[in-house]
Amino acid sequence: MTHIAAVEDWATDFDVLDPRYVTDPFSIWDDLRQTCPIAHTDRRKSSWLPTRYEDVTAIAHDIEHFSSLKVAVIPGDEDEDPENFDGPNLEYGLPPISSDPPLHTWTRRLLLPWFSHKRVDGYVPLTRDLCRRLVDGFAESGHADAAADYAQQIPVRVIAHILGVSPDLSDTFTSWVRDVLEFADDAERRQRGAEGLLNYFLGQLEESRQHPGDDLLSELLTTKVEGEPLDDGIVLGMAALALIAGVDTTWSAIGSSLWHLATHPDDRKRLVAEPELMPTAVEELLRAYSPVTMAREVTADIEYAGCPMKAGDKVLMNFPAANRDPEVFEHPDEVQLDRAHNRHVAFGSGIHRCAGSNLARMELQVALEEWLARIPDFSLAGGAEVTWAGGQVRGPRICPVVF
Amino acid sequence: MKLRVDPDKCQGHARCYGLAPEIFDVDDYGQSSVIVDVVPPELEEKARLAVANCPEYAIEIISE
Repeated sequence: MTHIAAVEDWATDFDVLDPRYVTDPFSIWDDLRQTCPIAHTDRRKSSWLPTRYEDVTAIAHDIEHFSSLKVAVIPGDEDEDPENFDGPNLEYGLPPISSDPPLHTWTRRLLLPWFSHKRVDGYVPLTRDLCRRLVDGFAESGHADAAADYAQQIPVRVIAHILGVSPDLSDTFTSWVRDVLEFADDAERRQRGAEGLLNYFLGQLEESRQHPGDDLLSELLTTKVEGEPLDDGIVLGMAALALIAGVDTTWSAIGSSLWHLATHPDDRKRLVAEPELMPTAVEELLRAYSPVTMAREVTADIEYAGCPMKAGDKVLMNFPAANRDPEVFEHPDEVQLDRAHNRHVAFGSGIHRCAGSNLARMELQVALEEWLARIPDFSLAGGAEVTWAGGQVRGPRICPVVF
Repeated sequence: MKLRVDPDKCQGHARCYGLAPEIFDVDDYGQSSVIVDVVPPELEEKARLAVANCPEYAIEIISE
């Protein structure tokens, strides 16, 4: 981890990796919304940070001025010098997330049916069984790390099943994804994770060609678009995306939700007593602890809301801050498990709405149901040090609880 | 009450389907549609909830 100079002025010199922002971004957003609702920094790269719901959603919808070709919150080598980027060759990026129409449109259509409501219903038994086995592993011991022993273990195994890759490699996948997303300011580590991931999928492409199964990777390899098979680079990018986007994000949402229930006994008791509240509670926990910030790149110089944005600048799509905007949500910093009006944008807004949102929602609900069914009464371990990851994806990484 | 989902605004969040599957369906690509001609009175509250939770403001009440 590189050294981060402490931020003194969040409006003009913000840093999403500052430890204060990682552990408590909420008060920083509140201040910014009232004083300078679109903050700026020149750290790493000229970047803008909108904090109001209205601005975040407006920018998400303006795909002409705000491109998705580079969505990393922390710029990497590929941002600075794409021609000489000597990492694994991903000439198409990770479509559809890191693409604009028309590539975005047709690659997204290939992915969406795999995450439709009907398909996701089919993944429920597998997810439930997995959660039960995980809880079995620690329920008798009276303590567990809700983040590392539970939340972290769930989404990676479900997405491995969907992709048709070995769940036995889950820990390795998790490590690569963390290198790419969570340790992104460590160039060497980021590159190591990206290489591990892409080299693995390069090998897996051949494996799936020879032994196709009923899985996403096998289908992409036999899919034809306008009579032509997909370029291997497209398949590679889409498979890597499914893994990257399906691991850190949902794990963070599950972990944050368990952290909330461990630290808010009234909410925990209420959810146990009123299980019918669960779908509404899931949306509220997604709102309050939205894990994901994506970036956009300004395509041409533009003045937006008085901010002189230059071509090439990043805009950090602060969906988590939008979801705490008091203009849209009453008492936004309160978690209200029965919040009836909740137009949250935890899964983004516009054409890049998270393609896996149905899956993420299901995983979060099943994970909470199975935990609460066996461990209805739990709290943070005394003296426990909860650690949080932040930047692109925010969530607890160590969260010791006792029961 | 009659409802309409604007297909150009709908981005497949599926909040309407989650709240009121009696009123909405959602296809393999996430596109939502209204499956009842007239919303029965006992479902009107659910319909209003769906309108109020759509992140894309894609659901319109075309007649009360």
